[in-house]
Amino acid sequence: MPVPEPELDELYRELILDHYRSPRHRQPLAHPDARAEGYNPLCGDEIEVEIDFDDGVISDVSCRGRGCSISQASGSMMAAAVKGHTVEEARSLTAAFKEMMINPDAEPSEALGDLEAFQGVGRFPVRVKCATLAWHVLGEGLASGDGGDHPQGENHA
Amino acid sequence: MMFDVEAVRKDFPILQRQVHGRPLVYLDNAATTQKPRQVIDAIVRYYEGYNANIHRGLHKLAEEATEAYEGARAKVARFIRAPEGARSIVFTRNATESINLVANAWGRANLRAGDEIVLTVMEHHSNIIPWQLIAHEKGAVIRYIDIDDDGRLRRDQIEALIGPRTKMVAMVHASNVLGINPVAEVAAMAHRHGALMLVDGAQSVPNMPIDVAELGCDFLAFSGHKMAGPTGIGVLWARPELLESMDPFLGGGEMISRVTLEGATWNEVPYKYEAGTPNIAGGIALGAAVDYLENLGMANVRAHEKALTAHALERLGALPEVTVYGPKSADERVGVVAFNYGDIHPHDLGQVLDQAGVAIRAGHHCAQPLMRRLGCVATARASFYLYNTPAEIDTFVKALGEAGRFFAPQPAQMPR
Repeated sequence: MPVPEPELDELYRELILDHYRSPRHRQPLAHPDARAEGYNPLCGDEIEVEIDFDDGVISDVSCRGRGCSISQASGSMMAAAVKGHTVEEARSLTAAFKEMMINPDAEPSEALGDLEAFQGVGRFPVRVKCATLAWHVLGEGLASGDGGDHPQGENHA
Repeated sequence: MMFDVEAVRKDFPILQRQVHGRPLVYLDNAATTQKPRQVIDAIVRYYEGYNANIHRGLHKLAEEATEAYEGARAKVARFIRAPEGARSIVFTRNATESINLVANAWGRANLRAGDEIVLTVMEHHSNIIPWQLIAHEKGAVIRYIDIDDDGRLRRDQIEALIGPRTKMVAMVHASNVLGINPVAEVAAMAHRHGALMLVDGAQSVPNMPIDVAELGCDFLAFSGHKMAGPTGIGVLWARPELLESMDPFLGGGEMISRVTLEGATWNEVPYKYEAGTPNIAGGIALGAAVDYLENLGMANVRAHEKALTAHALERLGALPEVTVYGPKSADERVGVVAFNYGDIHPHDLGQVLDQAGVAIRAGHHCAQPLMRRLGCVATARASFYLYNTPAEIDTFVKALGEAGRFFAPQPAQMPR
């Protein structure tokens, strides 16, 4: 196969390919507390996120869309990572993920866990937007929802 | 003259380079083509030997620069067999600016509320947005000719949509996704209804012999960088009487004859449309590109690319997962083959092919309405030029098959 360089392995880690082939958390929520959608005009990736809150905790989350393997795997792994966590934890996870995209050579935050699989994407600048799309949409969803324990308006960044 | 592709390849320095340790296989020519040494040298010769502003200096360098720039204009006129010669050639930045020029300079003076502009669903954004802007301003209406299942324009719609209200028909000659359109026929129909016809020649002028009189259109727009020339130089050909009657597009130096504090009179055609110092080096280098293409012979270029396209269609047709968009015959295409491979996103294909040294385009090709019409968000696209070889297409198809196996639903070994 004419793909001799290690870089492609860095981009398409087995965990990413697994989530691309079998995405998780794609079931729509019955009555979501918040929803948001986003679009990456460069490649046409689409992501839709729905969130249920319970007292400041993301009690359930759904992520659906269509697009490249990186964007769709990122949505699947993001949903798995934030479910059951507080809004604040999800926000700091988002910040850590974006930081890893900007500084792919730095040691990623331990809080990222499996999401560390996306570290190599940072070395493919064109694909960073694919990986971060789901996280941007999540951020919009968190800002539009009430978060469960915040006074009105406080979440609007 | 025999077309010797190996000799042609030696003229293009970039074809020597490697990408990810593999020889570059450049199949993104519909986006921009590579440049031969002759074109690169023309730029260097200008800047090293006779750089000066044109049309105004009285000194030797200005005289040489003006002669070279105007010489290039005459070459471009000859290249498309413009009956009225250099005065029908306006230099712009690119085909996009050429279309914007017409939409503004012609549209502002001639469009009224309720007038109709006829486009097609396969237009590049550059032949949609300028018309949407002016139509919105004037209250004009845009109608779009649809395509059939083979990606050809629907004849019933051509006849139904072009009518007494039509003032302008603007249509791509060779699509950057699908195939070649019958522009001469459509131009005749537009004229029967008193409408004008603009042809977007960005993908046709670089790839086949063009005779504007045979096209029968009123405006022809194309870009230098897709025909072995540099970026930043484009062309608008127009019938000189239209250039005479329209108002300017951009104002400034060069385009005026006499200026007072109250107003101005315009310079003669085509300078009336060339405000400010133009891309002098670009114009001269486009002239060198025209020389290069004419030396090869555009009929030879067309025959070479048609053979490459037929080869690519045959090889891709043998892969059951591949969907090719547009007409199935190379006769109806320039060297452009847009396709999808199963459910694999074109960006993933493009990424894996890049690792194999193969450069293709992946995305919406600045034709989002067409992507929606085709029922996809994006496609991959391989596009060929005069220096590509059948062996390169084989390399591309082989890498494509391997990429397909890599992304297949069953986990596979990382390709080596």
